Amino acid sequence: MSKKSQKFEGDPNTTGHEWDGIEEFDNPMPRWWLWTFYATIIWGVLYTIAYPAWPLVNSATAGILGWSTRGDVAAEITAVEEANAPVNAKLEATELTAIAADPELNSYAVSAGDAVFKTWCAQCHGSGAAGAKGYPNLLDDDWLWGGSVEDIHATVAHGIRNEDSDDARYSEMPAFGRDELLEREEISQVVNFVMSLSGEAQDASQVEAGAVLFADNCASCHADDGTGDREQGAPNLADAIWLYGGDYASLTETVRNSRYGVMPAWNTRLTEAQIRAVSAYVHQLGGGE
Amino acid sequence: MAILDKHKILETNATLLLICSFLVVTIGGLVQIAPLFYLENTIEEVEGMRPYTPLELAGREVYIREGCYVCHSQMIRPMRDEVERYGHYSLAAESMYDRPFQWGSKRTGPDLARVGGRYSDEWHVDHLRDPQAVVPESVMPKYGFLEEKKIDGKYIGEIMATNALLGTPYSDEMVEQAQRDFRAQADPDSDYDGLLERYGEKVNVRNFDGQPGVSEADALIAYLQMLGTLVDFSTFTPDASR
Repeated sequence: MSKKSQKFEGDPNTTGHEWDGIEEFDNPMPRWWLWTFYATIIWGVLYTIAYPAWPLVNSATAGILGWSTRGDVAAEITAVEEANAPVNAKLEATELTAIAADPELNSYAVSAGDAVFKTWCAQCHGSGAAGAKGYPNLLDDDWLWGGSVEDIHATVAHGIRNEDSDDARYSEMPAFGRDELLEREEISQVVNFVMSLSGEAQDASQVEAGAVLFADNCASCHADDGTGDREQGAPNLADAIWLYGGDYASLTETVRNSRYGVMPAWNTRLTEAQIRAVSAYVHQLGGGE
Repeated sequence: MAILDKHKILETNATLLLICSFLVVTIGGLVQIAPLFYLENTIEEVEGMRPYTPLELAGREVYIREGCYVCHSQMIRPMRDEVERYGHYSLAAESMYDRPFQWGSKRTGPDLARVGGRYSDEWHVDHLRDPQAVVPESVMPKYGFLEEKKIDGKYIGEIMATNALLGTPYSDEMVEQAQRDFRAQADPDSDYDGLLERYGEKVNVRNFDGQPGVSEADALIAYLQMLGTLVDFSTFTPDASR
């Protein structure tokens, strides 16, 4: 099987391994490779000295550079906060209504507010702020609790019907059907009247009776002409803009079981500057007053 | 070199090679893993952590059963972008009563570690029923069936007893009153004083899904609304060395 090895003059030694007559030269490692390898070992040791590494009895070595993940992220956030501190301070010191008049401040507030909106508000009000069923559209000029920048600010800071803030906006529509305040027939009449305010009633013969019931039961919040009351967050029922739907079935559901839209308070999660920024952003979307 | 010559013994003896490989891996594992169990700076104690209420625990079981962790993480990493989007980075202690933890490894949906209180209960109901109704760009499947499925918490005491066996500080009283607490948390008209006494004043007592009875949606929303809210970060000072 084995053949005489064919070694020539100047060939390096073999390793002594031999398989079926195949032998292996014992070539040295290339120097550059070897030195790189040694350098990585030294680097590795120095790295564990410089950075947190070795576990000891109670804690691990902290590393002579004093680096930590938490310190790193805190420093990064502080740096950004410091860079924005002057403009944020200015934002907090400026009257809400005066922000729009200062082009530089307004441009900062609107783009900062855009970022806040996309992070915290878009899930309910939509990334384009057009809302969804039960979550108000912020692009139009129909406001439940007021569309001035101060009103928007109060809504964002304290929210609506939540348990987080004592200053949350609050009102509660009675569940006229569930709590047996109105008969089934009466609810149908009221619904037809409400439909007639902005369009066509499903059953015109019920409108007249509905008007009387509306005046007795609904007008104290929604006003005699159904245009609503922002003090109580009572929607305008005469403008054909519907939060929960304006068809017969949706309105019946609303009158029967009431609606109770909740918005969290954001003053526990956002800074005052962020709340002002997002208020300015929402205000300039199209419907701001 | 003499020691390298000895290598031949290993290379020509498969059993010995296996034993020695195992030894090397064992040492490596011990050095990396074992210190985490005793090093003080990996075991951070924070105020506010409490065992989950029976309803929240049931919600956690639904969360695991439905595989929510496949698309949602519960781990805010200490990086600026994550902190700005989701809130304070997660602490190890915040998963101390999670068996198993729900850190997850993939974010098809957003991180949920601090989702508690961020949305209204009604939003959660709407969103579980039809995610695209509130977030049109979402790819989340519909979970409307959860609100149809009524649960009575019959076995929740046993799950709590199992957790207690593993070290979660559920008292005998908590286990005994499990089913009562379970019902009380989803019914604001009930007598829930005992629940607050056992689990703290901050427990959310609401009819989470807005419908009579306790459904799986009630449990899941109770769990979600609690996530990340137990530790009060206005009083918590992070230790930079951790």
